[in-house]
This record gives sequence, C-alpha cells and structure tokens, in this order.
Amino acid sequence: MLAEDGEEIKILAGGQSLIPLLKLRLASPRRLLDIGRLPGLAAIRPEERSLCIGALTRHADIERFAAPQGLEILCEAASLIADPQVRNLGTVGGALAEADPAGDWGAVLLALETALLCRSAHGEREIAPQDFFLDAYTTALRPEEILTDIVVALPPAGSGSAYVKFERKAGDFAIASAAVAVQAGEKHRIEKIGIGLSGVGLTVVKAMNAESVLSGQEFSPDLLAKAADALMGEIQPLSDLRGSSEYKTEVASVIFQRAFRSAWQRACSLDKEEL
Amino acid sequence: MKKVTVRITVNGSDYEREVEPRLLLVSFLRDELGLTGTHIGCDTSHCGACTVLLDGRNIKSCTLLAVQADEREITTIEGLATAQGKLHSLQEAFWNHHALQCGFCTPGMVLSAVALLAQNPTSDEEKIRHGIAGNLCRCTGYQFIVDAIQDVARQIKDAGT
Repeated sequence: MLAEDGEEIKILAGGQSLIPLLKLRLASPRRLLDIGRLPGLAAIRPEERSLCIGALTRHADIERFAAPQGLEILCEAASLIADPQVRNLGTVGGALAEADPAGDWGAVLLALETALLCRSAHGEREIAPQDFFLDAYTTALRPEEILTDIVVALPPAGSGSAYVKFERKAGDFAIASAAVAVQAGEKHRIEKIGIGLSGVGLTVVKAMNAESVLSGQEFSPDLLAKAADALMGEIQPLSDLRGSSEYKTEVASVIFQRAFRSAWQRACSLDKEEL
Repeated sequence: MKKVTVRITVNGSDYEREVEPRLLLVSFLRDELGLTGTHIGCDTSHCGACTVLLDGRNIKSCTLLAVQADEREITTIEGLATAQGKLHSLQEAFWNHHALQCGFCTPGMVLSAVALLAQNPTSDEEKIRHGIAGNLCRCTGYQFIVDAIQDVARQIKDAGT
C-alpha cells in the first residue's frame, strides 16, 4: 500500500502523536494505515550481542522490561515519556518516526550503540541514529518504508546509562533532556561515552564535543564541568514557550551533568555518596 | 465516509456497531452506547478525563479510534460497581477521603488508579503520583486522591498478610 500511495497515507501505530494532530486538523491524510496489529513487531528480543526491540513495542512495556546492566536508560527513559495512558498506547517506533525535537527516544539512541531497521516492498535497510533525524519531524525514512526494529548493542561490563529529563509540568515534553551511556575502566577511566540530548534544537543532538572531552580520560568533577562547557557550545536551542535559548542551554548543561553522574554511578556500582 | 463494523466488549457486554473509521472511542462510548461516565475535558489529549481501561490498561479514549478497539475489551467507570450497586474499593475510598469535588475528572482518575494498583498493588506515594500523572484535577489539589489510593493499597497489603 505504501509503495503505491506513500504520500497520501499516514501510518497509525500507537496514535498518541497522530490522533491529536488529526483532531486539531493539523494533518489531513487521505487514508490511515493501521499497523497496530501487525504480528512480530511488538516484542523485545534478547539476542547474543544485542537487544532487539520491535518498533511496535509500547513505551510501557519497555518501562517494565528488566534491562541488563548498562541499559538501565531504556526503562528510565520509557518511564519519563508523557504519562501512563500515553505510554500504554504509544510505540517506540512511532515516536522515533515522529522525530519530535523534544522526543525522548532519539536522545537515548544517540547515546547507545544502536541501529534502526526499516522495511519497504523493495527490501530492508539499516539506518544509524546519527543519519536518521534530519529535521524537526523529519526522518530519513522514505514514504514507502516503515521502521521494524531498534537494535541495541549489549554494552560491555562496567557500563552504566541514565536519562534525566527536565520538564515544565507532568507529562510534558522536555525543556531539555540528556541521555548518557558510559563504560568505566580501571582507575576511573572513561572507556566509552555516548551523549544524546533532546529539546536543544530542531533535532536530537549527539554531543560529540563533550564526548571527546571525556573519552579516555580519568573522571573528575573538573573534567565533567569542562565537558558541560563543550556541550553548551555545540547546541542551539530554539526559544519557545518552554524557555529562551539561553535558559535551555543552561538547563542542558545541568541536566547532562546529572545524567552523567547517574550513569557513572551505575557503571562503577557506586553508592550515591561516593560520587 | 464508508462505515465499518466494530465489535467491542464494554463492561463485559459485547456490542456490534457500524461506525465511521474516524470515530473516536470516547464518542463511541458516549454517543453510540450512551455511557456518559467517560468525560471529554479537553481537545488536546492532555487531561485524562476520558480515561478507560483497554484490556486492563488505562488509556485516553479520546486518543484512540473506535476501530482500533475492535475485538478488544473496554472497562468504563460504569463497569466498576457490581450490578447490585456495591462500590469498588477505590470508589469507596474516594468517597471516604473526599477525593472528588466537581467529579469531572473522577471517572478517569479512578480507572487510572485501578490500573495502577492492578499493575503494582504496593504502590507508595511516589508511584501513585507517577501513576495518576495523566489525569488532571482542577479542584482537589490531588492530596485526597493520593490518600484514597494509598488507603486501598494498604487494604490490599493487609489482606495479603
């Protein structure tokens, strides 16, 4: 169907973004394609070296999933999306395809080692998260394609991850949020670091400058502050009803540091007081 | 718009109706079935007054098409008390703790509490507040709602020991 009519059809998965758009008449597609009952797309499948999350998996099911060490961020981020009702219907694939600039899953995928699998009548392909988010509400998906799976590499031993979201009110999108995945090595060395940010621009952002500051270095509060400064320099949030650009930049810096500390604590299995 | 047939179980009874595909579940419940306990409180899918249970999970019926509920089970507020009129423990607790004033948010709030305690019977205050985050109340300030839900959580705990 999508191959014939891709431009005039909107895909309905959980509908938690699409139906509100339809109600406000901001979208008026000729047809809706309800994929909610397609078999095989709503499971979380542990594989040997990765976790495969079906695109139709509801946020609530990821929230309840017992994630392995290093992937705590999956449950944490899922629990912070919108509200319980939205989480019971909304899907991870739908949220990624929607590509809201303040969407939560995009930031998480940029912090972890992940790949997005999609399919069309012509075949399958794999898209890296860095290549997926092109603009506000715009992804690299072609009109005839749907997302089928999100593949998450299982992190090595000594890994931890965290998602911290700063929101104006319950159930809101983020003013700014930070996803951090880190691997701790000997002598508090940061072996691996991934940072994804949301709410800080037209798309989710991988904070590569901040990552470079941290990668391979021994952790210290000064280093973290230096990374936060680098992070502030690589984002340009838009001023809107959730705050000015300057405010959001400050928030992103603070939230990033909180997320890093939480991820680091999990990676090193530390008590909070030891940090 | 060409109509389609839906078969939906609501509060234990099966209903088969012809509906437009664009009909929202909340409109199906209120207008087709006359179950007006489910309320429409906003246009923006924020308030949660329309909350019902879909296969036991709390969802906003204004953000689901009736056709998406085909072959599924819905519980509305009308389905909580017994046929003889005995209130659900959460309804009793809301009454005892004065957890409602105007009552507009209450059906949705109670159903979210039902889903929350079914999922996690030992919910503490933090989990309760997280669990009702999708239900806005303009009257009460939420404290008595939380008290009511905590009361029932305590009852469940005591019954288990």
